[in-house]
Amino acid sequence: MEKRVTFNNLWIAAAFIAPQLFLVFTFFYWPTGQALYWSLTLEPPFGGGNQFVGLQNFKAVFADPHYWDSVIRSVIFAITVTLLSVGFAAVLALFADRNLRGHQLYKFLYFLPYAVPAAAVGLAFRFTFTPEAGFLGALNHLHPGLWDPTRNGWQALLQIILGQSWKMAGYNFIFLLAALQSVPRPVIEAAAMDGAGVLRRMREIQLPLITPTFFFLFVINITDSFVDSFGMIDVTTKGGPSRATELMVYKIYLDGFESKDYSLAAAQSIILMLLIVVMTVLQFRFVERRVHYS
Amino acid sequence: MTQISLNGLSKSFGKNTVIPGLDLDVQGGEFLVLLGPSGCGKSTLLRLIAGLETASGGDIMIGGARANQLEPRERGCAMVFQNYALYPHMNVRQNIGYALKVAGVPRAEREARVAEVAKSVGLGELLERKPAELSGGQRQRVAMGRAMIRNPKIFLYDEPLSNLDARLRVAMRIEIRKLHQKLGTTTLFVTHDQVEAMTLADRIVVMNKGVIEQVGTPAEIYSNPASTYVASFVGTPGMNLLNGDFDAGAATIRLKDGQVIALPKDASPPLPSGPLVCGIRAEDLATGGAKGLNATLQFTEELGASRLVHTLLAGETVIAQHAGTQPPAAGAAITLQADVRKLHLFDAVSGRNLGHPGGNA
Amino acid sequence: MVERTPLINLLTHAVLLLGLVILMAPLALVVIAASHDFKTVNLSPMPLIPGGHLWENLRAAWVGNNFGQVMFTSLVVAFGVAAGKIILSAMSAFSIVYFRYRLRMVFFWIIFITLMLPLEVRIVPTYAVAANALSPYQGLIDALASLVPAISIKLPEWNLLNTYQGLILPLVATATGTFLYRQFFLTVPEELTEAARMDGAGALRFFWDVLLPLSKTNMAALGVIMFVWAWNQYLWPILVVTDQNHFSTATMQLSKAVPGLAFGEPPVWNTAMAATLIVMVPPLIVVILAQRWFVRGLISTEK
Ligand SMILES: Nc1ncnc2c1ncn2[C@@H]1O[C@H](COP(=O)(O)OP(=O)(O)OP(=O)(O)O)[C@@H](O)[C@H]1O
Ligand SMILES: [Mg+2]
Repeated sequence: MEKRVTFNNLWIAAAFIAPQLFLVFTFFYWPTGQALYWSLTLEPPFGGGNQFVGLQNFKAVFADPHYWDSVIRSVIFAITVTLLSVGFAAVLALFADRNLRGHQLYKFLYFLPYAVPAAAVGLAFRFTFTPEAGFLGALNHLHPGLWDPTRNGWQALLQIILGQSWKMAGYNFIFLLAALQSVPRPVIEAAAMDGAGVLRRMREIQLPLITPTFFFLFVINITDSFVDSFGMIDVTTKGGPSRATELMVYKIYLDGFESKDYSLAAAQSIILMLLIVVMTVLQFRFVERRVHYS
Repeated sequence: MTQISLNGLSKSFGKNTVIPGLDLDVQGGEFLVLLGPSGCGKSTLLRLIAGLETASGGDIMIGGARANQLEPRERGCAMVFQNYALYPHMNVRQNIGYALKVAGVPRAEREARVAEVAKSVGLGELLERKPAELSGGQRQRVAMGRAMIRNPKIFLYDEPLSNLDARLRVAMRIEIRKLHQKLGTTTLFVTHDQVEAMTLADRIVVMNKGVIEQVGTPAEIYSNPASTYVASFVGTPGMNLLNGDFDAGAATIRLKDGQVIALPKDASPPLPSGPLVCGIRAEDLATGGAKGLNATLQFTEELGASRLVHTLLAGETVIAQHAGTQPPAAGAAITLQADVRKLHLFDAVSGRNLGHPGGNA
Repeated sequence: MVERTPLINLLTHAVLLLGLVILMAPLALVVIAASHDFKTVNLSPMPLIPGGHLWENLRAAWVGNNFGQVMFTSLVVAFGVAAGKIILSAMSAFSIVYFRYRLRMVFFWIIFITLMLPLEVRIVPTYAVAANALSPYQGLIDALASLVPAISIKLPEWNLLNTYQGLILPLVATATGTFLYRQFFLTVPEELTEAARMDGAGALRFFWDVLLPLSKTNMAALGVIMFVWAWNQYLWPILVVTDQNHFSTATMQLSKAVPGLAFGEPPVWNTAMAATLIVMVPPLIVVILAQRWFVRGLISTEK
């Protein structure tokens, strides 16, 4: 798409785009290039310039069982969060789209969780799930130690999964509802005239028509849970207990800022970047197919 | 042959009353066209009958039984939507067969019926295509096939032809009419195109602002419009309407500029003197002749077989059929001969038809 | 539509209500916990009837966390990011859409690619840049100097750690807004530009008098989204603020909000939840007041 009518004063064009280019270079391209450089070099222990070491850092990363653990956990986290929050939001959106009494209130309240900072979500869930107070702690009356996310790895992981799903449900709801609302009314009415009841229309007409939105949301949710879980983890589990919630981004942070091993952190960053680029490319493939009707 | 009766049917959206209260009887097997300008409530009426809208008041009787509380699928209606409303994710076969699938018809029987219907609407070759891969006319056929497959008691069409080009529209009109002849199903057809209404209908319902102005056969509506509204809406061009004053004693109508139309003494309608509107169709107004009404020619509309002249008479635009081959130049004076026995007289305030000079009001 | 579906309607209401309970419960629990005293909040399970200590706890949390200062910092950052994005992206989109020069599409892609990689995946090197924002340029000069020794220059250092610039600028450096504006500018009719040119308006006037007023809704949507997004940032602030006792944003303050009274004692959940409440209220208010724009902004920036 191009404008037919344009302006000729290229000084203005340059002046208008320069600030953005400077920012993007300084805070995006340079650091990204730097990450690549660090991932391929090692800082010698007694000073001097970095030395090129090829893929040695990547080999080190891949040889580290903790790294693979963090990858597996991240994948579990991403997939569970995505299925839970998209599924939950889809049910709500389908029913809210029936526009029965009170639907406006529901639609208004459902997306609020998305506005809550991840750190606040983390704290709220940490309190709710804390073993000595809160709610699930009451399970410990049945059997001491039955519920304790500070000791039980899977319980800690469950806690951050629920927190992230809760937050993303609001976001997914907005998109699914918008998609449902853009399905032309007559199509639904035609199905009603064809004898399809409410639930059947949801299954056979509405859901298939918004599949493109589902693909889009799957990608967004998976990408987001790879990168966006940091705040939640940092205020709740700090990666513990014994690394049970150490997801990829959190491990990069620990390796980079706690262990000060820039090369290792950079190599992990590069891998994560590649992963996300692949996801994004997938997303763009699907964006093309987002609109089913014309 | 299913009859429909609407008794005192009304519909409001919030404070906005679209249909204030309407009575209509549709005979079994009849092809009824709802005609009216955009926004007059035609679609709303059709959707009320289909069960897509809930009536605010009154009764909808289908086949003698009250249907207000019945769901769309229980009313035995099939509908063809203006934009077809095909299921974009299903191919032609699935679109046409969906109603049967919902009804739980076994696959083999369903396939057979779909094939039969698809053939009768000329879609035999295209069963595997998605709606996006079809032309406008083909989509239209799918929509009709989808409606036909259920053997509905009633066909409802909501401006189904308005998205087609002129040539295709004429062709589809014929097909819809043929379909009706073959099946004899009660049909309601909404349009704002009066030519479409005239050519398709057994009877036409002319609507205006949610109110029925007139119900009648195309010929009745054309030759005996119930109001100025119907008179000007139906016909190409619509009827010419001129304000005037009726003098009962002299049996004359004096136009605003003082010119006088004399009615035949023997056929003067039994009306009191006073203002009224007189209407005359273009074909009942001849041009030329020594005597007649003096008008100014504005321009000529060439129709090939005939031509219409637009003239200014008593400050109003009047269209007449021009007999001669050589139309005069714009701005020229022209005389118009009215066939006074074909004159229509309407009440100046209500617009109701008051009768003909010929008699039969 | 006429539909007699009492059972499904009942199901609908039940599902919607259950959804509401699930989605509102964590928020409600925060408020309830923030209203109890220390003893009650540590009962297990905690009573769901709110207690009477809300104000007390809010005050304690406010004072204890120095929220006067902290909230101000977060407000400045959130407004700064929102304003920065609105201004910069309108300008860059204007340059890309309304001029024709060879590098135009190159620039577009340079900016557009930044959409792909969020800050989180490149924190370590970005941190290094924040420690000296001129280091990329020093790096460039050094690289050139190794070829042409004559141009060797030593740039001064520009440290962004513990500054507002350091909190704001890296968050502004993405393409979200540019993309949104580009999409919008492309829908502005050509006739409008032609009319403005016939009226004698140059590029600047057209931008200022025609495009900006037309993009008001887009600005509002982008502003709301970016405000909430910036307010909710967590990782970047804890990196760039090394002196957390004197300079802190609201969300990072939360990481310090759960101290126990002493070792082995239960944490002070009531004030911790009061702090949580304080931190999540501003974005919630913005979103509630500007719901329409928020939804619109979300949907159009994610395209
Ligand atoms: N769902 C609705 N809510 C509110 N008003 C409505 C609704 N549907 C229709 N209306 C109003 O009812 C009036 C009649 O609408 P309707 O669609 O029946 O007109 P129509 O005669 O079919 O017009 P057209 O020829 O343009 O299709 C219009 O003024 C319209 O604005
Ligand atoms: Mg209509």
